[in-house]
Amino acid sequence: MKHIYLDNAATTQLDQDVLEKMKPFIRDYYGNPSSIYSFGRESLKAIEQARETVASCFNCRSSEIYFTSCGTESDNWAIKGICSSHRAKGKHIITTNIEHPAVLDTFRYMKKIGYDITLVPVEKNGIVNASDIEKAIRKDTILISVMFANNEIGTIQPIAEIGAIAKKHNIVFHTDAVQAAGAIPIDVKALNIDLMSVSAHKFHGPKGVGALYIKRGIVIDNLLHGGGQERTRRAATENVCGIVGLAEALRLSVENMEKNNAHIKAIRDAVKAGIEAKVPYIIYNGDETNRLVNNINFCFKFIEGEALILLLDMKGICASSGSACASKSLDPSHVLLALGLPHEIAHGSLRLTFGKDSSMNDVDYIVNTVAQTVDRLRQMSPLYESFIKEH
Amino acid sequence: MYSAKVMDHFANPRNVGVLADANAVGQVGNAKCGDIMKIYMKIEDNIIKDVSFMTFGCGAAIATSSMATELVKGKTVEEALTLTNKAVMDALDGLPPVKVHCSLLAEEAIKAAIYDYKKSIGEQVTEDNFACNTCCHNKKCE
Repeated sequence: MKHIYLDNAATTQLDQDVLEKMKPFIRDYYGNPSSIYSFGRESLKAIEQARETVASCFNCRSSEIYFTSCGTESDNWAIKGICSSHRAKGKHIITTNIEHPAVLDTFRYMKKIGYDITLVPVEKNGIVNASDIEKAIRKDTILISVMFANNEIGTIQPIAEIGAIAKKHNIVFHTDAVQAAGAIPIDVKALNIDLMSVSAHKFHGPKGVGALYIKRGIVIDNLLHGGGQERTRRAATENVCGIVGLAEALRLSVENMEKNNAHIKAIRDAVKAGIEAKVPYIIYNGDETNRLVNNINFCFKFIEGEALILLLDMKGICASSGSACASKSLDPSHVLLALGLPHEIAHGSLRLTFGKDSSMNDVDYIVNTVAQTVDRLRQMSPLYESFIKEH
Repeated sequence: MYSAKVMDHFANPRNVGVLADANAVGQVGNAKCGDIMKIYMKIEDNIIKDVSFMTFGCGAAIATSSMATELVKGKTVEEALTLTNKAVMDALDGLPPVKVHCSLLAEEAIKAAIYDYKKSIGEQVTEDNFACNTCCHNKKCE
């Protein structure tokens, strides 16, 4: 059976070249980077080389890159660390209402322990107004956290503008760049970013490793206390092979960004146009142009997303949905609701996210399979039945 | 996460569609919660001669609709009224906890169709407040 992977926003396949780079550090070079003998220094050298590589991809110093276990840890560290270190200045923190749960849930936790949070709503196109962020600033605001690109609808936020606003008001600015890193150019200096989270498995690196960029001079408390790793800021024996993999995957993604994006965009655009031509009663979620080139997010009226995903799976297509049933909660995706979509429409969402290994040869199959599956579910939907009767 | 039986009834639903000569129709659920079940029945001589469904919902909602129609087909009205959500679940070899409400939806949709029939023949129907018509935060499902 076919296997067409269209869920690259969820995770990506480890690149073969990345795996080769990692291999020596899985078994051969197992020395602890903190050890003094030369065998341990091989591991340390690999980590420091990886740090240089990552820094060069984001235009920062290698001493500003800290390796973590994942994007979620990076987000937790950024938010909890700043809240803790800046609590004497104030207890107000700002984010948007379409953040990844790693940020949103951490904000809710900060609220629970006594911080004030403001969730700035996005516009109908899934992009926040930088001026709305500025309006939310108070005297006691200590942190602004806005994601670089959204994981569900791919919309790219006005990071440069928000960075400038944060700088003007002397507030720490964090961005969750988990979807953006390796997909769009990022210059942390030019964008005035103070803290930035990334995760290796989103750009063809291994799972279980991430990084946090911390601008020199930013005072931030530790999340993990213990040994003196990562220049005493992040305790825990380093995931050497993971770190090597993250750096190599990022280097390859940045190096091949233009070529990969052109390829991905051509496929994405063809699938989008095909579905729009074949399937009536659909809504395209998120800004048409200001979004990641790999992302499609549709709502198909009269049907439910989980059923759609399961049927697509039977046809060999891996995709995802923001329906309540797919998310294991009672409500559909907070991102789709933030766009102003009613619940019944948000339940019928489909996200397709393409990657560098997606093939133009699969476009017709994807379009036809999606169209047939949507139609099949509509044929058994009482909502569609009554809609057709009335029209 | 779904049993083989659930996947079978979801992928190959039985009795799906609009029943042209139905003399009873019941619908429960609401679009906001993401599932609506509509049951069509043809009842003659107190027996459910034919039954079909139309469902807006997830895999479990479609599978429970399919199974519920199978379980009441050919039964008397009284027998069909004793159908419980648990019986639907058991027949499907179980459902994940978050999907239990789908089986309740199926039970209520069957009842709604039968009450519709009873009303049409002038019988008094007392109990027709369906939990699934309000919202998913339903104690009966837990």
